[in-house]
Amino acid sequence: MVEQASLDKAHPHQAARAFQRQSAHQRLIILGLIVLTLALAVIAINAGAANTNPMQVLRTLLGLESGTSNIVIWNIRLPRVIAGMAAGAGLAVAGCVMQTCLRNPLASPSTLGISSAAAFGANLAIVAFGAGSIHSNTRDAVFIGNPYAVTLSAFGFSMVAMMLILLLARLRGFSPESVVLAGVAFGSLFSAASTLVQYFAEDVQVAAMVFWTFGDLGRVAWQEVAILSTLVVGTFIFFLLHRWDYNALDGGEEAAKSLGVHVEQIRFRSMLVASLITAVAVSFMGIIGFIGLIAPQMMRRVLGIDHRFLIPASAVTGAALLLFSDTLARTMISPVVLPVGAITSFFGAPLFLFLLAKGYTRR
Amino acid sequence: MILTVQGVQFRYPNHPVLEDASFTVQQGELLAVLGTNGAGKTTLLKCVNRILKPTSGVVWIGDEAVSDISRNALAQRIGYVEQQRAGSRATVFNAVLLGRKPYIQWDITQNDIAIAGQALETLGLSEYALRYLDELSGGELQKVIIARALAQQPEILLMDEPTSNLDLKNQMEVLTLVRAITREQGIAAVMAMHDLNLALRFADQFLLLKDGRLFATGGPEVMTPKNIEAVYSVPVAMTAHNGYKVIIPL
Repeated sequence: MVEQASLDKAHPHQAARAFQRQSAHQRLIILGLIVLTLALAVIAINAGAANTNPMQVLRTLLGLESGTSNIVIWNIRLPRVIAGMAAGAGLAVAGCVMQTCLRNPLASPSTLGISSAAAFGANLAIVAFGAGSIHSNTRDAVFIGNPYAVTLSAFGFSMVAMMLILLLARLRGFSPESVVLAGVAFGSLFSAASTLVQYFAEDVQVAAMVFWTFGDLGRVAWQEVAILSTLVVGTFIFFLLHRWDYNALDGGEEAAKSLGVHVEQIRFRSMLVASLITAVAVSFMGIIGFIGLIAPQMMRRVLGIDHRFLIPASAVTGAALLLFSDTLARTMISPVVLPVGAITSFFGAPLFLFLLAKGYTRR
Repeated sequence: MILTVQGVQFRYPNHPVLEDASFTVQQGELLAVLGTNGAGKTTLLKCVNRILKPTSGVVWIGDEAVSDISRNALAQRIGYVEQQRAGSRATVFNAVLLGRKPYIQWDITQNDIAIAGQALETLGLSEYALRYLDELSGGELQKVIIARALAQQPEILLMDEPTSNLDLKNQMEVLTLVRAITREQGIAAVMAMHDLNLALRFADQFLLLKDGRLFATGGPEVMTPKNIEAVYSVPVAMTAHNGYKVIIPL
């Protein structure tokens, strides 16, 4: 008989201690990632044509430096780096939560059709407000008639896509599978619509559309950086407040309900917030693929699925990945700046395949 | 706390799953819900803790209707061991810690960790604390879910075939343990199961479901060869060995 004996055995804290050790270990990993990302940020600010060194960058950031490097760093490099970190973190937490809520490892901002919808919105606005060309063959040769209208239109259409998906999901009783499939369907619908718009557009407009679609961090100034960062911080806090709900959701819908989680409500609100942050990031910067997919997937493998750690770790990893990609894009064949969206997809796809092939690391 | 189920009915738009189920479980009592596959056992359990909303009927905990209790408050009172669970990348300790989810305000406390640790210890899972669920056997997984339900410190425990994946030794150990804990802590327990002999050995009350209808309910006296044959459509004989009643299909 096991009854009495096992209820008050001698060492009840063995498992609890192991758990706490592991939690401490995971916190350390996140701290390490943060330090790494900050170092990367300094390198990113330093990288470029202005002949600075990392020490100078640090001194400038602390307000100890004056001169031309000051202007370059504060007005050009820093907004770009912060935008990269904010967008990377935002896309990564959005992907992380989408994957958990839809219980699908492939759920992410780009796979749910939100990015395609934003691109369609941008294309439409480019046709409406026009685009121009200055005769030169660098990337900056094409300019967009009214960038604000384009951004707004992109945002509007990504919200439309999000609402359509959420509405359809509501009608179908919010089965996670139906949401992913609806996202794929809307994605191809908007891509098809974009193709049609491009077919009837003028050469210069098509060029502008294509350039818009390439994600590029260079488009943002301090104002956009402020909006984006505020939203990312808000999103992050919202997700973190629900970290235990996401943990419970991992055990399945019914188990979560039996543990007191309002499953439908949490899913709906989380998807709404995740889509919103994606829509903002995409309309400011264009399509940046794979960050939302790959950053949380990497961290799931390293840290497991405890959202207390998974959410912050995904955010930091997303920030680091986008920062790294952008620095690479700026320096690889300098002075030509490649679109960062191409870099993330280029490295993201094989990295994703590698993670799939490698499977989970065994403890 | 007494669990009372009163005329609970559940139907999908064009087919009834459960008709007019009523029963009462006292504190410290274990009710075995028996019946063939698809008889409505799981549906009945899910109606009790509102995973499914009954089409009609009321479930009472003491004198409170379950439909009036918030989901979170309900989770503090009813533990649920679901039938199927896929493994995932959660660790065993995290999975058991989720039993404390209904009590978490901002974050888990030392108390929550201690209770989860105790639940693991109770089910002999301490060594597995940091294993991932998808590395466990079916039986170990079942024990994890039972530990999670115990960590909820519930007044009522609903278990859907909690021992279906366990070997003979583990079946006996787990059921003996569940029995001891429910008696000791005055938990009203409801357990859907297929093994009639285990039911006879561990349950106080029995509820026989046939095609979604309540066929018979009561103490060991309802477990007659005639009733069992009527429910399962298999002729059986009943005998006793060392004081334990045993059912043998003929």
